Amino acid sequence: MSEHLIEIKDLAFSYTDRPILKRVNMTMSRGQVIAIMGGSGSGKTTLLRLIGGEVKPSAGHVEVAGQVVHQLSRNELFKLRRKMGMLFQFGALFTDLSVFDNVAFQMREHTNLPESMIRDLVLMKLHAVGLRGASHLMPAELSGGMARRVALARSIALDPLLIMYDEPFTGLDPISLSVIGSLIRRLTDALGMTSIIVTHDVQESLKIVDYVYFLADGAIAAHGTPEEVKGSTMPFVHQFVHGEEDGPVPFHYPAETYRKDLKLEVQFV
Amino acid sequence: MYKRIAAGIQAIGHRAIDGIWRLGCAARFFILVLLKSTTSFLRFGLVIREIYFVGVLSLIIILVSGLFVGMVLGLQGYETLQKYGSESAVGTLVALSLVRELGPVMSALLFASRAGSAITAEIGLMKATEQLSAMGMMAVDPVARVVAPRFWAGVISMPLLAALFSVMGVFGGYLVTVVFIGVDEGAFWSSMQNAVDFRYDIVNGVIKSCFFGVAVAAIAVFEGFDAPPTAEGVSGATTRTVVTSALAILGLDFVLTAFMFRGVD
Repeated sequence: MSEHLIEIKDLAFSYTDRPILKRVNMTMSRGQVIAIMGGSGSGKTTLLRLIGGEVKPSAGHVEVAGQVVHQLSRNELFKLRRKMGMLFQFGALFTDLSVFDNVAFQMREHTNLPESMIRDLVLMKLHAVGLRGASHLMPAELSGGMARRVALARSIALDPLLIMYDEPFTGLDPISLSVIGSLIRRLTDALGMTSIIVTHDVQESLKIVDYVYFLADGAIAAHGTPEEVKGSTMPFVHQFVHGEEDGPVPFHYPAETYRKDLKLEVQFV
Repeated sequence: MYKRIAAGIQAIGHRAIDGIWRLGCAARFFILVLLKSTTSFLRFGLVIREIYFVGVLSLIIILVSGLFVGMVLGLQGYETLQKYGSESAVGTLVALSLVRELGPVMSALLFASRAGSAITAEIGLMKATEQLSAMGMMAVDPVARVVAPRFWAGVISMPLLAALFSVMGVFGGYLVTVVFIGVDEGAFWSSMQNAVDFRYDIVNGVIKSCFFGVAVAAIAVFEGFDAPPTAEGVSGATTRTVVTSALAILGLDFVLTAFMFRGVD
């Protein structure tokens, strides 16, 4: 079996005539935590959706565990997805089910395990994220950080090969943020899976990841290990890592000239 | 001037094409729900759970409305019939009005506003909070797991609620005319028994409510699934469910009545 769990080759995607991704190439190995960073609208979430097979590429392909995702039939895709987990930005817990039932959901849907074994497994998964005592609560009773930890427990329910995290650090307090960060690292190491984190949070993610890709305008602008990224002199990477307002990423959205928009009469000669 | 008229006609055309396109989407979605209903029947517990939410929890509004509609029918009927000395026929009037028309139609309208809107809002919010996407990423089909059980729960609940509505209506009519006004009890029941035909009146009423159940449930799940994933989108979809269901119920009622009761025995 190939060392790489995911291979992305010349991947392009566009919504009607608006290109989102242009010729993206990436490889991701087993046991790695990889961050994909970039400004809003740079195509990060679309990349996750392409890996998960939610949308089809306009060119190129994504290969997961040796299978080209967009060529799979619906049944084959669903089979592959059983080996994937996805953590949505705000957890996306099923609000009509308790914490316990949320984590047990996939086990009940995809396996014939007896209820006693499901109970043990769910409690083990919840213990891993420190929420065994909250198994009886409903999602509405959880804080944002707790909901995301439950969602993390749910996404590792069937011990997947790959977990994708869509902005896992958004809107968390510093303690929850660091807890989620270290959980991602620990679970990846313990389960030997691959984690892909789409994030804006440079400082937190550089602490836990093995490799970073920067996306800008739908293409890879830079990539490297956290050390390489921190020491990079590339203007784009420098601006992003240090959160500078001015640089290759413009502050202003493209517009008419300021003078024209304000309808200024004065002409300078 | 010419350009404005052309633009107006163009806008009407666009709206018509959009409407037909949406109707096509709804029809395809309806077929998809039917095709993916196997899970609902293999795991009937999922449907029973939804029957509780859409059926059992609608009982209060259905029973109370049925009682009051029956009481009003009894009062109005007695008021008119006594002028001709035929107040004993009030039982017939109450029962036929309820079983043929008011039972199925009123309960379907109430069902659309109580349960249809709830189904749309729930599915729409599940979509807006990415619960449906999460389910898809867990290799569980949201149409089979979320939509189909709610659809079948609506279809099953509707005729039962309509029957209960009619029963409560008849009881309301009895309460007002026999207990309060003092119409002869024997005349009330025997005229009803003589006039109401099981096949012609009751079965036709049940068939009507089955059609209404399919229409309301199909509209509710489609609007929920199709709702834009925003607060505004979900609220718009909920409103559309109630309005479209009400129009569909009244339109279908006319068509079904035309087929069932043509005045020819």
